[in-house]
Amino acid sequence: MRVKSGVLCALSGALFVALCPGEELLVSHSAKGRRDGRLTVALRAEPKTLNPLIAMDLPSRDVIGRMHADLISIHRQTQLTQPALAKSWTVSPDGRRYTLHLRRGLRFSDGHAFDADDVVFTLEAFLDEKTHSPQRDLLIVDGHPLTARKLDAYTVLIELPAPYAAAERIFDGLPMLPRHILEKPFREGKLAEVWRLNTPADGIAGLGPFRLKQYQPGERLVLERNPYYWQEDGSRQRLPYFDELTFLFVGSEDAQVTRFAAGETDILNRVSPRMFPQLAAGQASRGDIVSDAGPSLEYNFLVFNLSPAVKPTWFQQTAFRKAVSMAVDRDSIVRLVYGGRGAPMWGNVSAGNRQWSNSNIPIPVRSLSQARDLLASAGFTWDSGKTLRDRTGKPVEFSIIVASSNTERVQMATIVQYDLKQLGMKVQVASLEFRSLVDRVLNTRQFDAAIMGLGGGDADPNSEMNVWLSSGGMHVWNPGQKQPSTPWEGEIDRLMRAQMSAIRIKERKQQWDRVQQLIAENVPMVFLASPHVVVAARKWVGGFAPAAMADYTLWNVEELFHRDN
Amino acid sequence: MTRLWLVALTLAAIHLAVALAGFISPYDPAEQHRDYPFEPPMAVHFFDSGGNFHLRPFVFSAGRMYPLQVLVNGKLFQVEEPGHVFLLGTDAFGRDQFSRILHGGRVSLGAGLLATLLTLLAGLILGSVAGFYGGWRDTVLMRLAEVFLALPWLYLLLGVRAFLPLSLDPVRTFLLTIAVIGVVGWARPARLFRGIVLSAKEREYVYAARGFGASSLHIFSWHILPDLRSAALTQATLLIPQYILAEVTLSFLGLGVGEPAPSWGGMLAPLREAGMLTSHWWLAMPAFALLPVVMCYYAAISTSPSDR
Repeated sequence: MRVKSGVLCALSGALFVALCPGEELLVSHSAKGRRDGRLTVALRAEPKTLNPLIAMDLPSRDVIGRMHADLISIHRQTQLTQPALAKSWTVSPDGRRYTLHLRRGLRFSDGHAFDADDVVFTLEAFLDEKTHSPQRDLLIVDGHPLTARKLDAYTVLIELPAPYAAAERIFDGLPMLPRHILEKPFREGKLAEVWRLNTPADGIAGLGPFRLKQYQPGERLVLERNPYYWQEDGSRQRLPYFDELTFLFVGSEDAQVTRFAAGETDILNRVSPRMFPQLAAGQASRGDIVSDAGPSLEYNFLVFNLSPAVKPTWFQQTAFRKAVSMAVDRDSIVRLVYGGRGAPMWGNVSAGNRQWSNSNIPIPVRSLSQARDLLASAGFTWDSGKTLRDRTGKPVEFSIIVASSNTERVQMATIVQYDLKQLGMKVQVASLEFRSLVDRVLNTRQFDAAIMGLGGGDADPNSEMNVWLSSGGMHVWNPGQKQPSTPWEGEIDRLMRAQMSAIRIKERKQQWDRVQQLIAENVPMVFLASPHVVVAARKWVGGFAPAAMADYTLWNVEELFHRDN
Repeated sequence: MTRLWLVALTLAAIHLAVALAGFISPYDPAEQHRDYPFEPPMAVHFFDSGGNFHLRPFVFSAGRMYPLQVLVNGKLFQVEEPGHVFLLGTDAFGRDQFSRILHGGRVSLGAGLLATLLTLLAGLILGSVAGFYGGWRDTVLMRLAEVFLALPWLYLLLGVRAFLPLSLDPVRTFLLTIAVIGVVGWARPARLFRGIVLSAKEREYVYAARGFGASSLHIFSWHILPDLRSAALTQATLLIPQYILAEVTLSFLGLGVGEPAPSWGGMLAPLREAGMLTSHWWLAMPAFALLPVVMCYYAAISTSPSDR
């Protein structure tokens, strides 16, 4: 029956293509494959939902990203925006009105037509307070939601309450939803309850390259080709090339590498750089494609608790933080933790973020003697046992918390602990379960220092507003401040808000460069290193173009093909 | 030489080596030689590449020959800088595995011995009180023992760790580990000791002593305690390897002493990574140190009474 329905689907798809001359497909010039075969990829965990409105976990987003499409997307390699479901757009001179022109004749994976009503509905759904979508905050500018208005069946006007730089980037990761399926639950206030894992395949529709075929709890989730997908290659062959995309649920990174080596999966969608030697062995013996896509957007850092209530107040002293930064051996971190496949960091923007990184931030030289001089100038002394003591004679002793599940960060903590011992500081490393660590850092504030990582998302500074604004919930050294507690945090607040509403890219870059400079000068976080993006694929995977941004290898899944076919 | 003696001598040698770790090991266990991560074990040579014999053994470090210097700087052996001697290789940070195994043995073996002592002491006191006095004391203590037997100790330890301050130094963590392992395990020996005391206190010589007006303390120490000695010894040989393994398990899971202090379980933890055992097999060395210790203790139990 399934075979028959598959054939029927393909036939109806072909018929639809033939009967829809007005269909405005996007032509992909990079892809040159043949339609056939299956691709298997491992997921770190089972997705929690297939509902794009409420998905927060990475596995869910990995799957959903393949089943849905955005109006405008960010090209993962150039990190610039490109047309997707919207074939073009214009921006008003004041930067507040975006007019989006949609591709004509597109259809959802169930064959239903897509038009401006779906766009307006989608934005309404994401803004719905009852749904509590994590993307809702992105659609609120200056305290007010953006609005969407249908101008005609294929034109939508998006109005922003205030100028918002690079607003088109918001649309990446905002999948267009089918109004014909979701309007009823939306009116009933039940949008958060739709599209669970056990929802029948024909109950879900999207505009992505694949659609749901089968879900086996605890084992796998299988997607099949969406016959109505809106991209084709240069020879007018509709994408995607693969018939099926299977996600296997494989618990740990080690198990993922083992199963890839055993031939059970075809792509490793980013693993730790420390796995590289093992993957390289597979490259030599089986001809696997192993790629180091360079520094990622992720940055790992040591952050001190700068809450005013924290005693003693060493951490509040910039000289203390600078001395710590000066003592940390970042080159050793890159070499020992990432096997050389990482980049040392001094500022808050990774070298992987080519457009926004401030290359003028001076590279500090590691110097224990200069670090000691800095500490001495700030009133610290050393006793005969070489223990560092503050002005009151109290020995400098504190703990660093780190997520036990992250081997790399635990190793970084051991290196930092050893480096700070050279300055006479007694540091304890406490490995905590990840959620417990996040709770301590962001909620209870019961910690001295922590090693964490951020920056996996977009390259644009706007994506980290909640990290750098002093009122932000992710302002890890002192979150949720009513008023900025230091003048430099006040200046960062002003610059971040200014860059958010600046229209000219040059102006934004200058403001963001200044923010990076202020952060480097005041060292609220000691930046450590950024790992390279290490990915692998079987030798027959064609169109493989890994990128430094998420989704690393799957961002162009529609262009991947079986080279031998 | 009897089998028991052989076992005892092996155990004594291992414990002595661990006790003298500071002298035998060439490096501080926390010292990171960052230019030498994952160095494989170095062979000690007597013959150079030309086939010439050297009375003083030597190692090759960074392609150069370094003779071992014996009894210098308060160490059993060393090599001259900039050479290094890593007899059992190094870990990810370039820390000497040989030095870490010896120092780590202090934690793992020490925890086994001290926790056993604690368990036996608690078991002896509580079991004896329950058996000797009987009545409500017996009922309360034995019900409590049942509660302890039912406790999932790993989760208990996780819970205890969550309540403690983060800034626990390795010594305190070590003592805490001992306390938890030792205290949780008291119930089983206590039930055994209670049974022995129950039977011993009904003996005729105990009644006789009581008839002559001997105090309870006197009766317990002179007429009942000697009966518990052999049971305590057997329990100790059973508990020590069990507790050493418990400490190794806890450290393996990251609940034992923290970095940079070494422990055998903590040293084995990196082997959880895929391919680590095949690419860096020398990281499994602590397991080879653990094996003879556990085997010797179990061999001591299985030794026939005539051997003792």
